[in-house]
Amino acid sequence: MLIRSPDDILPSDITPKDVYLNRRQFMIGSAGLLLPATALAALPARKSPFSTTEPANSRSEITGYNNYYEFGTGKDDPALYAARLKTRPWHIVVDGEVEKPRSFGIEELLKYPQEERIYRLRCVEGWSMVIPWIGFPLSSLLAQVRPTSKAKYVAFETALRPGEMPGVARRVLNWPYREGLRIDEAMHPLAILAVGLYGDVLPNQNGAPIRLVVPWKYGFKSIKAITHIRLVETQPPTSWSQAAPDEYGFYSNVNPAVDHPRWSQATERRIGEFLKRKTLPFNGYGAQVAQLYRGMDLVKNF
Amino acid sequence: MLTLAANLARPSPRQFSWLKGTVFLLCLLPLATIAWTVSSGTAVNPIEYLTRALGVWTLRLLLLTLAVSPLRWLGAPGWLLRLRRMLGLYTFFYGTLHLLSYLWLDKFFDWPAIGHDLLKRPFITVGMLAMLQMLPLALTSTDGWMRRLKRNWGRLHRLIYPLAICAVLHYWWLVKRDISQPALYAAILALLLAWRLWQRWPRRVQ
Repeated sequence: MLIRSPDDILPSDITPKDVYLNRRQFMIGSAGLLLPATALAALPARKSPFSTTEPANSRSEITGYNNYYEFGTGKDDPALYAARLKTRPWHIVVDGEVEKPRSFGIEELLKYPQEERIYRLRCVEGWSMVIPWIGFPLSSLLAQVRPTSKAKYVAFETALRPGEMPGVARRVLNWPYREGLRIDEAMHPLAILAVGLYGDVLPNQNGAPIRLVVPWKYGFKSIKAITHIRLVETQPPTSWSQAAPDEYGFYSNVNPAVDHPRWSQATERRIGEFLKRKTLPFNGYGAQVAQLYRGMDLVKNF
Repeated sequence: MLTLAANLARPSPRQFSWLKGTVFLLCLLPLATIAWTVSSGTAVNPIEYLTRALGVWTLRLLLLTLAVSPLRWLGAPGWLLRLRRMLGLYTFFYGTLHLLSYLWLDKFFDWPAIGHDLLKRPFITVGMLAMLQMLPLALTSTDGWMRRLKRNWGRLHRLIYPLAICAVLHYWWLVKRDISQPALYAAILALLLAWRLWQRWPRRVQ
């Protein structure tokens, strides 16, 4: 009879002594990993006068119908696959034409005074929603790095994680996703960095852990899962205008008078409504933002 | 088993009407699932879903209609040919519902806006062209018209080729960026049309 010698037990198979002695603690700690990934933490926020009084869309509408091509081009792909994105640890590097370039950890940004901003969102595809974001003005982040006089534009970049983002395997867009604003647009009080939705931290399919929200522009300008913000002197390239320059411009302000080359932008379907609504210039935020574009030809600068 | 297989290849009139009834109901299945999805509220944007799903099923049925001849050549039983008219009429039925969903739920019969779309938006133009070409085919699908038109019936029904190209273009020009789905339908259509060209190619008699 062959008795196996015990030397086939590798040292790595043996539980370290400290783990063995604290095995009950170890089990309790592991239980936390079994919590569903959808359990979101609450995020307190104060109300804002910038919020619309229109009824907000439901959480399931907002989290189940998304354009987020990093996870696939279908509207339900982000809800299916975005949970794979690891949002901790997370840092945003802010550099370029600034006096104090630095990196911001997400925990630090979550401690900023947060506001609830109930905004209309108008997608370039012709549908719209009302969304209760939680966030803080982009300007309060930019002020900390002290933009120089050369900082004329702000360029944003989304994380690029092929292992966690199944959609980037196909070059539907030029990854990583890029967006940009003019500095005065970025400093406008309506432009926010959102970290929450409906009283909780942001779900992954809506751009967790941090995204831009620019309510007077088509939705694709509001870039998700930001890892890099660079202040630059010249107008930065943006993903959609690179993909189809004649269809998606740098400004992309909501404008019922300027049609997309392939469909009308005069009306929109608010999700949950049967009849279509008339689309409003600057998505109804004209009183606040129209002066940013005084003297500009908005047909040429679409 | 063997008799069942033999029966499927050469069904009795009674068996054929059962087959026909089954295919008739199968063709209604997509409509039933679409209606269920819309009415149950599982689609976030139900009207967009309705229009898209009806369009996609029109295209699928159109390609299925065009696949009958090559399938027959590959050895499919002869009764398939006798179901082709029904497949064609179902294509027209789904296409009409698709068009109606656009005219009604998307445009609310705003005729100036529809006219504007037709002139300015190539994907609408080719979509409407496909529907217009389908109309005479549906109208002349009866035995009476087949007899009356004689040889011209076959000539007229060759309209299915340009209309199929229009239908695929309609889909291709509609999508924003990811053309993988229309490209798939275009590839299938290309295959179905290539087979016909190859069949008609003059060959030297041995």
